[in-house]
Amino acid sequence: MDVEFFDASGDATLYSYTIQQKPFALWGTDGPRSVALVRLAEGPLLTSSIVNCEQTPEALQLDMPLRATFTPFDEVTVLCFEPAEKQP
Amino acid sequence: MIPPGATAIVGAAESTEIGTVPDMSSVGLAIDAAANAMRDAGITAADIDGFTCGYFPVADMSRQLGIFPSWADNTVVGGCSWMFQLRNAVAAIHAGYCNTVLIVYGESGKSTRGLGQSFDAGQRGGTGQQFDMFYSGGQAAATFTLPVVRYQHEYGLTDEELAVGAVSQREWAVDVPRATLRESTSVEEVLASPMIAWPIRRAMCCLVSDAGGALVVTSADRAKDYPKPPVYVLGTGGALEAGVMSPGGVREPLRPEFIRTSGEAAFTSSGTTHADIDHLMIYDAFIHNPIFGLEGLGFVDYGEGGHFIAEGHTAPGGKLPMNTSGGGLSYAHTGAYGMLCMLESIRQVRGEAANQVADVDIALCHGWGGYWSACSTLIFGTSVP
Repeated sequence: MDVEFFDASGDATLYSYTIQQKPFALWGTDGPRSVALVRLAEGPLLTSSIVNCEQTPEALQLDMPLRATFTPFDEVTVLCFEPAEKQP
Repeated sequence: MIPPGATAIVGAAESTEIGTVPDMSSVGLAIDAAANAMRDAGITAADIDGFTCGYFPVADMSRQLGIFPSWADNTVVGGCSWMFQLRNAVAAIHAGYCNTVLIVYGESGKSTRGLGQSFDAGQRGGTGQQFDMFYSGGQAAATFTLPVVRYQHEYGLTDEELAVGAVSQREWAVDVPRATLRESTSVEEVLASPMIAWPIRRAMCCLVSDAGGALVVTSADRAKDYPKPPVYVLGTGGALEAGVMSPGGVREPLRPEFIRTSGEAAFTSSGTTHADIDHLMIYDAFIHNPIFGLEGLGFVDYGEGGHFIAEGHTAPGGKLPMNTSGGGLSYAHTGAYGMLCMLESIRQVRGEAANQVADVDIALCHGWGGYWSACSTLIFGTSVP
């Protein structure tokens, strides 16, 4: 395997996920939150979360197109992904 | 290559009590198990010249036991650390660095009495903590299980079929006095248990327990002088992959290469084949772990592991008895289950398991560490082939 640096486009698809019923406190929400494996268009898998959509199996379809978005928290900004197409 | 059976387990024990043990610390559970294993082997601290542990400062633990070793190992790769340590001990004994090694484990996982270094200490400063912890807070049920939905989608494994694994292991645990959960269960009950991290429900997750365990391993020549019949270490394997406390670090999560690497090393070094394996342990922190183990180790093809379990082949009466103690789901699971996983393999090879499978000559034990950061495969036997 070659190791290289490249600028990722931010395009990705949803490879797999779970929906955490009691989210990590950092999210500041009581509702369920996704933990996802995201496949970048360039190939690598990332662990992330899908935001800006319903956190349900119906809304989170495997292989759905995603795009990168950055979610600010108090001390850090975290790379997340959102649906590439607007939800109906 | 180290010849199959160059070393053997001559002492093996759990802590006197397991499950809920609020009056013992992690250190206490480890010391208790070490004393039990030395008693099982009929030896004292003076007979031990090699020492390993994990999650504890190694010299502190050896000193507490009155052992002053000339060889030590403190490899920490998560739940299968003690399997890696056994592999290293086999090599050390074969190399002549020491003669007799004590491998010690204890964890107050449920009562959290003096946990000592927990595994996250091994991750501190790593990229997993820097980049991967934010999404789940490191919750195992939401992270280790990430490939499950993809697996179900690719291979058509229904929730009902997935749930059978928990039912099968409970069927084993029914007959195991030291198992925590001994009531029969059903697919319906598993699927009615509380949702933890969709699609993973509570009955698909391991227990959280207090327990200790320890092993004494020595050369095959010396092993003949011990009271119990030797459990020969026929072959060993180990491999690292994800590293980041997420299966997202595995190159191909439905076909994790590190499982195959570890399994092939164990089979090759032991001179055995799949058909020789009479009994199987695959570390089950979550219900999907045995599926990926069966496939990665080559007992079934990729995509067949879930259906193999759903068809009952690993349950009581099945052709490949697996996790016969009840496993992490029903027997006990402290946080790092590798030692308890090995101990059931060893009991089966000795013929002293609560749920003894008939005629176990060769047993395989496979364990994980750090959500697919590591795995190890060990093959044990009653004799040297």
